[in-house]
Amino acid sequence: MKTHVLKKTLAFAGAAALAVLLAGCEAPPQESTQNGPAGTGMVQVKSPEREAAKRTSVVIPEAQPEADAGGQKASEVYQNVKVLGHLSEGQFIRVMAAVSEWLYPEQGCAGCHNLENLAEDSVYTKVVARRMFQMTQTINSKWAPHVGETGVTCYTCHRGAPVPANIWFKAPESDTPPYMGAKNGQNAPVKSVAYSTLPNEPFSALLVQKGAIRVQGTTAIPPRGDRMESGLPIQDAEATYGLMIHMSESLGVNCGFCHNTRAFGSWQESPPQRVTAWHGIQLVRDLNTTYLEPLQPVYPANRLGEAGDAPKAYCATCHAGQNKPLNGVSMFKDYKVELSPAKAN
Amino acid sequence: MIEYQNIFTQVQARGHAHDGVPFSHGTWVRSEKPFFNYWAGKFGNAQIGPFYLGFLGLASIVTGGLAIFIIGMNYLASVNWNPILFVRNLFWLSLDPPSPKYGLSWPPLNDGGWYMIASTFLLMSVLLWWGRTYVRARALGMGTHVAWAFASAIWLFLVLGLFRPILMGSWSEGVPYGIFSHLDWTAAFSIRYGNLFYNPFHALSIAFLYGSTLLFAMHAATILAVTRYGGDREIEQITDRGTASERAALFWRWTMGFNATMESIHRWAWWFAVLTTLTGGIGILLTGTAVDNWYLWAVKHGVAPSYSTQWAPVIDPAQAAGGMR
Repeated sequence: MKTHVLKKTLAFAGAAALAVLLAGCEAPPQESTQNGPAGTGMVQVKSPEREAAKRTSVVIPEAQPEADAGGQKASEVYQNVKVLGHLSEGQFIRVMAAVSEWLYPEQGCAGCHNLENLAEDSVYTKVVARRMFQMTQTINSKWAPHVGETGVTCYTCHRGAPVPANIWFKAPESDTPPYMGAKNGQNAPVKSVAYSTLPNEPFSALLVQKGAIRVQGTTAIPPRGDRMESGLPIQDAEATYGLMIHMSESLGVNCGFCHNTRAFGSWQESPPQRVTAWHGIQLVRDLNTTYLEPLQPVYPANRLGEAGDAPKAYCATCHAGQNKPLNGVSMFKDYKVELSPAKAN
Repeated sequence: MIEYQNIFTQVQARGHAHDGVPFSHGTWVRSEKPFFNYWAGKFGNAQIGPFYLGFLGLASIVTGGLAIFIIGMNYLASVNWNPILFVRNLFWLSLDPPSPKYGLSWPPLNDGGWYMIASTFLLMSVLLWWGRTYVRARALGMGTHVAWAFASAIWLFLVLGLFRPILMGSWSEGVPYGIFSHLDWTAAFSIRYGNLFYNPFHALSIAFLYGSTLLFAMHAATILAVTRYGGDREIEQITDRGTASERAALFWRWTMGFNATMESIHRWAWWFAVLTTLTGGIGILLTGTAVDNWYLWAVKHGVAPSYSTQWAPVIDPAQAAGGMR
């Protein structure tokens, strides 16, 4: 009798524990797609429900009506047009209308312009926007290895908001307590590296400075001489690992999307997506160093990070959880003239 | 009716508290009178004590306590002495080894110095405790099997924290003291050295580890299954083989054609357990010192299979003409 009660209690406790454990799981069914040789674990596992939610949360604005390419140039009609002066007046107005819808659906022109005098540069967002047009033009003209024919528009990152949702700042220096308890910029639960203990902000070293991402030894046997010179220390491997986790989370894919995980470093073993991703890393470095960091003096204090640095881009800024941003839809195809540099036209 | 038919011990055999065998060595006497605890009896023997602390035991506890204290104080400092954050972030907190730039020199306190001090105390504690297992076994006239099995685990510990960092020329190669951090370190270590799964000693270690669990389950299940015939007196059955032993042996000969003996099964178990950390330690010692990339090592020796891919050959874009930007 006594054991009977005990057994029932144990069974109940077991069922309750199982329910608690399973509560953290994603509901089935999951869809798996093999993307590499059989037996290598190169399988993308996705929840159709979550993927559908990602897709439906993407709202693509209608393209503005086609503009007249003829007539006077924008630079001839308006004052202080430094980047888009080569467009026709119609094209210029068209892209201005588009960008106000993409960034300032509520405020409209006032987001960047002094409505009394549209030409003046008194609002800092106008100065930023001018540089962002140049950045967009550069991406669309120079970075085809990453963005392909799809290209980018302001909306790829902004998606209806003046500040894109996924941006990052440098980790503040003051993080290290005196005498003891140094965290080495890691060992704290943060979203940027998926709550691991890996370096919380590997981006300054790897996506602004051109820190080495390749940490593995490239020969079977260590070369003669200093052993630490052959590859990089484990601490660097942790930073690379942190960046890779960010890439995986940002694109909604697992390691096997770009790597055969038995040999992360081997290009021979890697799917072609890794080449695209490699160009993406070079692209982000270019954007951060050429366009985003130099804008630091332009921003008001409330737009800067704790370390006083300008907001910066990483993979999530455009990708936002999808390996093809905005469901792979090319908005650029409707703005090829407006969002390509003058020379390309 | 009490039976040996459950997952926990149902029978608690209790006599008078047993003070142990006559014992003449050593200057430290046994301390504390033995007593009984019902719940301890659920897992093992209900009698608690007598204890033997001794110099080795005391020194080990003090040095081990200091190591844990230093690690704990660093944890607390890293969350700005906030006890709530200490508990909430406990799994993330870590005391990390020095930065690579210090090599084998003594680092500043807050960049690995505390780690070095904690490691020194931890090393002393473990070695002193090893001495205790050896000396106590000798004092009881026992063999020193426990001490040598423990030594195998200490070998792996020494390789990770002492021998390999010295051979690599940097204390930064040590393992961080943290719950998640040592796991992330392990993954990063494997990634850095080209996939530890291609390390044959790692493979051996895994085989012995999984083999240990299999042997443990087979042996424990066999003995529990024949306790109704007195099989739990397994050591006596080595020399005086009774029906329990006969049945257990026949069961395995029926099912797999071969059986261990009441003695040899314990040698199997001891060697499997000991070889897990022994081979594992060799594998770690070779990593970075003799082999820099285990995958490439496996390719070189024809161990890694090659796969045909569904995509056109991929070339490193950093090498490709015009690819470098």
